Amino acid sequence: MSDRSRIPLVPTGTPPSQPARLVDDFTPALVDVGAHHLCPGCGEPIAIRSLGEAIDEMALAQRTIAVFGIGCYTAFSNNLDVEVLQALHGRAPSVATGVKRCRPDSLVVTVQGDGDMVSEGLQEVLHAAARGESITCVMLNNGVFGETGGHMTATTVLGQRTKTSLEGRDPATHGRPILLADLVARLDGAGFVARCAVNSAGELARTHRALRRALETQLAGAGLSFVEILTMCPTGWFVETTEAPRYLAENLGSVHRAGVLKDVLAETDAAMR
Amino acid sequence: MSAIAAPATTSVPGRHLLQGSEAIAEAMVAAGCRFFAGYPMTPFTEVLEEMAKKLPTVGGVCMNAESELEAIGMAWGAAATGTPSATGSTGQGLSLMQESLAEITLARLPLVVLNMARAQGDYWQATRGGGHGDYRHLVLAPVDVTEAVELVQRAFHLAEVWRNPVLVLGDYYLAHTARAVDITPVDYGPRPPRDWALSGATGGSGAAKLVSFLGSAKQGDGVGYDLAVHYAACADHTEAMLRGVPPEAEEGYVEDADVVVVAFGTPGAYVRAAVRSLRADGVRVGWVRPVTLVPFPSDIVAAAARRASVVAVFENNAGQMLDDVRLAVLGEAPVEFIGGLSLDASGFGIAPMLDVSEVRRRILDVVGRRP
Amino acid sequence: MLTRGTLVIDVEACKGCELCIDACPPRVLTMGTDVNARGYRFPVLAPGCTGCKACSQICPDFVFQVYKYETPLELSTRREDLS
Repeated sequence: MSDRSRIPLVPTGTPPSQPARLVDDFTPALVDVGAHHLCPGCGEPIAIRSLGEAIDEMALAQRTIAVFGIGCYTAFSNNLDVEVLQALHGRAPSVATGVKRCRPDSLVVTVQGDGDMVSEGLQEVLHAAARGESITCVMLNNGVFGETGGHMTATTVLGQRTKTSLEGRDPATHGRPILLADLVARLDGAGFVARCAVNSAGELARTHRALRRALETQLAGAGLSFVEILTMCPTGWFVETTEAPRYLAENLGSVHRAGVLKDVLAETDAAMR
Repeated sequence: MSAIAAPATTSVPGRHLLQGSEAIAEAMVAAGCRFFAGYPMTPFTEVLEEMAKKLPTVGGVCMNAESELEAIGMAWGAAATGTPSATGSTGQGLSLMQESLAEITLARLPLVVLNMARAQGDYWQATRGGGHGDYRHLVLAPVDVTEAVELVQRAFHLAEVWRNPVLVLGDYYLAHTARAVDITPVDYGPRPPRDWALSGATGGSGAAKLVSFLGSAKQGDGVGYDLAVHYAACADHTEAMLRGVPPEAEEGYVEDADVVVVAFGTPGAYVRAAVRSLRADGVRVGWVRPVTLVPFPSDIVAAAARRASVVAVFENNAGQMLDDVRLAVLGEAPVEFIGGLSLDASGFGIAPMLDVSEVRRRILDVVGRRP
Repeated sequence: MLTRGTLVIDVEACKGCELCIDACPPRVLTMGTDVNARGYRFPVLAPGCTGCKACSQICPDFVFQVYKYETPLELSTRREDLS
């Protein structure tokens, strides 16, 4: 395919006429309506798709109660085919705690952004993790307050330009980012802690595995499970959508480093072998 | 643990001498409360202690949250599952909870909230709400431990009937006065079905439940929320609630009173005693004690005012219920304030002015000055 | 070009972000020159799709349906063979 202008195109307007099976549909599992008003290239719907598919694959939809924070992703709170409880900015972990303590058989998942979880709600997630609440906290981390227009959060990296750090985050004026997954992993009540991303197919596959592992951890009652997902925000980063995956890798990903930071289920497996 | 456990009581049958905090906790359990979250703060702390002792024995959950913000958050989540839930604090602690209280109300959730007020009677915070937006809470103000035992149980019933938070306004005296009380569960009749409550079960059905202060109405293109629709519905519901709950007040000697004294809560007990004492001396005074602060018993206060030449308001603050009394009286008689902030060295609201002879003196002062 | 899969592309849903282009392992997606009703360009498909779902999984706007053929097709990559 050396000359792209001469490639014969495959028709993509209608389903194939040759026998074929559908392996992935438009609207993801457990999402009601595919259309949303989030920006082109936004990583949040990608992460939410992965979460919905994990819940669906593990046949947990009829036990799930999702507790949403406030951010761009709140657009999905009335657009999901799982039960949803809308919480306030930063407050999902305590609300999720109340839900899970009263409904211990349910699968309780929080969906929060970095501004929500690390700026406004830092104490909530840390206390929930310390208590070892059997909930799964999912943080969509794009290093900005997206919904308000792109302002600095506690995870914004040094040098990152936002509307409240126009020259780039400067430690003397703005301090340094909080690496939340690392903090949570140090708490004994945390059972699974991972950081991943959605800027490439490979990273997305790791995200999906992490989400599944997090839900397994909750089902096993093995402590609080926490998945931090780095997502693209080309609008908040002042970059083209095509630039955003690389910006994520080079700027956020080099500070908030991907990996599984804690996995008590794996430790238990290893210990038993 | 089932979210909707059969009501059980931890109280021993018959009358027993109980501290107010314990009596209130017993009453909450008798009313079916199975989730409580709180943060220690004087004079609310003992309620949390008692709930921590009692709730686990009936299959309930009591959480000592790490902050008042987390306490209201936990209670919010619990309430959303349909579990009868409560929280509380002092007025200062409730100040921290205001954003959540506003949104819990706009999410149409039942919740009982205790204010064991500290240093002053938090009438404005309770009746106006300290949060943003157009919402109202029902507010009940017990005069003593006996009345608190009933009002606390009534609060749980009202909260579920109206799907709205109900505030019970107490204070240090209520928390720490011991009284012989009987905590037989009161039957207020059936509560509506909790078909809005979350359990996870409707997931994947195409119609999964949503509990949200943003409502459930969608914008025209099916994406996002239509807040205008939701807030309009909330306003209608609030109006229906305020019309549907009968306002209540206790009154005495108002038929031929020259001076009517209005007071709520613990100060109301002192006013009642002072008025009775003055009547024994032939002074024509009477009292009105609002029991429901929301809805405010305006008609009862107005009727008493019409027969009087002066209305006096006695409360443990710089004048808060005073506004609602003036609104109710609407010029039928002058309204004077005879209360005030009154604290001892503790700062908790052990008010030196809560003394029958002092209250008598203040009322007589009004009597003496009337034209 | 052996083609194991194919797509249905909801062109009106696309917001032209181009995440699918780099996500596609056999690189059979390119941005076309037409625009949809909202003014965004959208991807077009060349022969060689493997039905791996990388595009559908990474698309923020859920633009793709992905199909896997029961029997892989042999599709021409020469323009002259277009019918």
